[in-house]
Amino acid sequence: MYTAIVFLPLLGFLIAGAFGRSLGPRPSELVTTSLLVISAILSWIAFIHVGLGEAPASTPVLGAWINSGALNIEWALRIDTLTVVMLVVVTSVSCLVHLYSIGYMHEDPSRPRFFAYLSLFTFAMLMLVTADNLVQMFFGWEGVGLASYLLIGFWYEKPSACAAAIKAFVVNRVGDFGFALGIFLVFALTGSVAFDTIFAAAPGLAGKQIHIFGMNADAMTVTCLLLFMGAMGKSAQFLLHTWLPDAMEGPTPVSALIHAATMVTAGVFMVARLSPLFEQAPVALTFVTIVGATTAFFAATIGLVQNDIKRVIAYSTCSQLGYMFVALGVGGYSLGIFHLFTHAFFKALLFLGAGSVIHAMHHEQDMRKMGGLRKDIPFTFAMMTIGTLALTGFPFTAGYYSKDAIIEAAYATSLHSGAGVYAFLLTVIAAGFTSFYSWRLVFMTFFGERHVAHDDRGHAAHAHDDHGHGHDHAPHESPLVMLIPLALLGFGALFAGLVFSSSFIGHGYEEFWKKALYSGPGNHILYAMHEIPEAVGYVPFVMMAGGFLLALYVYVIAPGTAKRIADANPLLYRFLLNKWYFDELYDLIFVRPAFWLGRLFWKGGDGRIIDGLGPDGISARVIDVTNRVVRLQTGYLYHYAFAMLIGVAALISWYLVGGVR
Amino acid sequence: MFGFGLLSGLIFLPLVGAAFILSQRGDDEATRNNVRWAALITTLATFLLSLWAWKLFDPASSGFQLVEESRWIGSGLSYKLGVDGISMPFVLLTTFLMPFCIGASWVSIQHRVKEYMVCFLLLETLMIGVFSALDLVLFYVFFEGGLIPMFLIIGVWGGKRRIYASFKFFLYTLIGSLLMLLAIMAMYGVAGTTDIVALLKTDFPVSMQKYLWLAFFASFAVKMPMWPVHTWLPDAHVEAPTAGSVILAGILLKMGGYGFIRFSLPMFPDASQYFAPLVWTLSIIAIIYTSLVALVQEDMKKLIAYSSVAHMGFVTMGLFSMNTQGVQGAVFQMVSHGLVAGALFLCVGVVYDRIHTRDIAAYGGLVQRMPLYALVFMVFTMANVGLPGTSGFVGEFLTLIGAFGANAWVAFFATTGVILSAAYALYLYRRIIFGVLEKPALAGIMDLDAREIALFAPLLLLTIYYGVHPGPILDACAASVDHLVKGFDAALAATKTAALALH
Repeated sequence: MYTAIVFLPLLGFLIAGAFGRSLGPRPSELVTTSLLVISAILSWIAFIHVGLGEAPASTPVLGAWINSGALNIEWALRIDTLTVVMLVVVTSVSCLVHLYSIGYMHEDPSRPRFFAYLSLFTFAMLMLVTADNLVQMFFGWEGVGLASYLLIGFWYEKPSACAAAIKAFVVNRVGDFGFALGIFLVFALTGSVAFDTIFAAAPGLAGKQIHIFGMNADAMTVTCLLLFMGAMGKSAQFLLHTWLPDAMEGPTPVSALIHAATMVTAGVFMVARLSPLFEQAPVALTFVTIVGATTAFFAATIGLVQNDIKRVIAYSTCSQLGYMFVALGVGGYSLGIFHLFTHAFFKALLFLGAGSVIHAMHHEQDMRKMGGLRKDIPFTFAMMTIGTLALTGFPFTAGYYSKDAIIEAAYATSLHSGAGVYAFLLTVIAAGFTSFYSWRLVFMTFFGERHVAHDDRGHAAHAHDDHGHGHDHAPHESPLVMLIPLALLGFGALFAGLVFSSSFIGHGYEEFWKKALYSGPGNHILYAMHEIPEAVGYVPFVMMAGGFLLALYVYVIAPGTAKRIADANPLLYRFLLNKWYFDELYDLIFVRPAFWLGRLFWKGGDGRIIDGLGPDGISARVIDVTNRVVRLQTGYLYHYAFAMLIGVAALISWYLVGGVR
Repeated sequence: MFGFGLLSGLIFLPLVGAAFILSQRGDDEATRNNVRWAALITTLATFLLSLWAWKLFDPASSGFQLVEESRWIGSGLSYKLGVDGISMPFVLLTTFLMPFCIGASWVSIQHRVKEYMVCFLLLETLMIGVFSALDLVLFYVFFEGGLIPMFLIIGVWGGKRRIYASFKFFLYTLIGSLLMLLAIMAMYGVAGTTDIVALLKTDFPVSMQKYLWLAFFASFAVKMPMWPVHTWLPDAHVEAPTAGSVILAGILLKMGGYGFIRFSLPMFPDASQYFAPLVWTLSIIAIIYTSLVALVQEDMKKLIAYSSVAHMGFVTMGLFSMNTQGVQGAVFQMVSHGLVAGALFLCVGVVYDRIHTRDIAAYGGLVQRMPLYALVFMVFTMANVGLPGTSGFVGEFLTLIGAFGANAWVAFFATTGVILSAAYALYLYRRIIFGVLEKPALAGIMDLDAREIALFAPLLLLTIYYGVHPGPILDACAASVDHLVKGFDAALAATKTAALALH
């Protein structure tokens, strides 16, 4: 069954990829989508068996991969509670996104390719979450990177999409650089890359000092920091986040699946999976907390001022991933996974809702050109509101259980750690920002004046993916095939927290996780977070309400306030609008120097120095000498053959002499 | 069997084909077609024969197999052949790639077809000879002789600056060859034989090892090519016809790496240990420097040539980490690079045959007219980038993990190569395949035809197969590499003991 869950999407990819053009778009859609539905149903069965039931964790081995000396790597599927949680998230969202795409992409001529890529992505993601060793995880890790690259660049005629695709791949590779070194170090320390072996070895390595990269350092700390670098790239954490907003160049269903619900959470999954290692590296965990808190805050500030509906949600994703890392950093691995689980529902909902809005607006993404849509697309409006409530943590929705718990855990940690104080403060502020920008999105899109502009210039720019909706420019509700996924996700966004909170982070913890996550003997975060002062528990709610009221005032009660504030603080506004100038900075310190060095090495190093002093210099001398003696065109070959003959002759003479001796 | 062994059969079978081709008279279209078919059948037959050799080959044994020996010119010298787990993959790679070269030249070569095919068959003989020679002099003859047909291929069927390119190659190679020749004489002086099996058991004095190592290094480093003696490669590639590039990248570059494994590491272990930091440094420079240079190239073939230099940097790094993963990874990386770089040059050849330019700026948006080509190019680009699931990953990963075991800094710098390779490869792909197809010259470009699909399909399947299941190659060389690494460690330990005893 587990094999089927993982390989059915691969089958779908192969069918749609190989025969898509001869089958035509509709069969490709149906094949990939129905295979995904089967896979999702099987995943839920597995979830009930392994997570909620008593089925034991297992690791079916599929075959050998790389065997070299002491290094033995197998293809295997590791099935435990952590895996089945991820299986459910990945396959559910993926099959809903497949379904939704049938409607959303219905005018695109390359639909078979699109569905093939979606299924390929799902396969790679499933390989990632079922990995039984670091290298197989790396396989899935890079595989999702490839699929993400292909899907971001799906509309390849757009230069911006191609650039975003390359950026996503290369920035992720920067993270993978650390991940790879981490794998090498794990192998050097434990002689294995298989999870069972390295987890067993981890306690023995706690506190061990090694000499590496010119310094003496704690072995587990270095290992975990290197591995975490991979997580930072994949999960778009501070400093390696720049690719995620640009990734919005891809079609919206892709953003929902890859850049909200699944792939970007791979980093969170990785840290949780490697909890036995991270538990032995408190310094690394502190670093995780700080990076997470910084991202949560920083992405939220940018989200406040963006005007592209997808980018707002993208920064929101970035920020929520920061929350998950805070949870992991303070030792609440199940908390991080729980937020991952709930976030998948409401963030996919928000993205697909945004897709529905964009669909209604004929591929317009600028919120300044929207407004008053709640009457035109009431269902989408309702679903977006549910998503927003869940994201901002409105009581009893999904986000309320997971996000508030993270803030409480951060508070519990802040009692004995500076990083905890930092994390608590920033996550609380970010919660207020989250509420503000989420409601800002809703108000700008669905309330206020209608700005539906019949701007043909704007249309021309999007002409590639907007082939004639007819000339009916009024916003229209999306077809049923797009609304069903919204409804299902909306259901999840409302109830996923309520239903599963006890299993993930409450009293059902032990029976549910069954040792899939590891907590050290000194790790009591799940208890400590319940023992905080009652007043602190209300802080996230106050921030949420405050953000909501402020957004209500700024965008509904007194429109124009936003512009006034922006005009009053031009520097700050531009700083945020330009995303803290990270793109410009990286361009200046990485991209340009790389090209400049390349040219320097090519023209200067290879051309002037090596060739100039070497062959060209010598040839200039040779030509001086031989110019009038031989015709050069044929000369060199004979020179060479001649030299070689002389050599062989000399050798043979040597032998003969030697033989006589 | 027939009075000679299987390996001799492999070596001489291409010559039989060449003789048949030479016997053809006339230069009309029918003759040319006969010549092409004769060459293709010969190379296919050679490949089948090598598969048989593989079947007879026992991967569990670390010794030389299929050995045959006969005396040659009086005393001392002998004609001795044999393969072990390290050379077997290269013999197979050679025989496997040859039919692709013939196929790739089917249409693009129209003048002097006969001579061209003879050159390639002769080249095949010499290359198989290099990988199966068990006598140092025999090795030298094959090793240096192999360059003559390559010179001819570049010089006669090459591009505009072919003379410059072959001259550059000649200058680099000459010095290395002469030094290696001197070293061979010196080794004969010590051991009294040129039998490689015997030489492998000879302990050369440590001080002498260093000179011998340097002399061999001079020759192998050029072939590899290592930085800073790599500048002949981009020029040679650019000027060579497509099939020439495939062979150059696929096999000729591997002769240097093979030389390191066969001679430098086992025969001069102390010197190898002594010079390892030098090799590492040059490898790291090669990886970073040439990747950056590849980023700014404007010529497709040059870009791939520079990327080859970077990939060979992983090979030398892995070899001189001198542990199982490093050496096995290096062997694997060489085989994998043979497939992937060969295929990438074929990819360039496909569009070159149609538009007759290698200028990257002349392309763009090809995916619209050539979806199959885009797919094939994507797979090989990803293999070049080292994406897990393709053969490129296994070699890179093993050499890096081996290097990490030897020296973490080396792995640190070399791993930056994974970032840079992604940058230059995807940047190339984007400029050629993606975008809007708006250049008039490209408007009528056709997708892959049946011949081209037949050329790419086996390469593509093998690239993915070896990425998911690299066992066949890794297992084939496991015993021999293990033997090599153990012998190496033992030799170093012995030297250490001797040094201690002196005190």
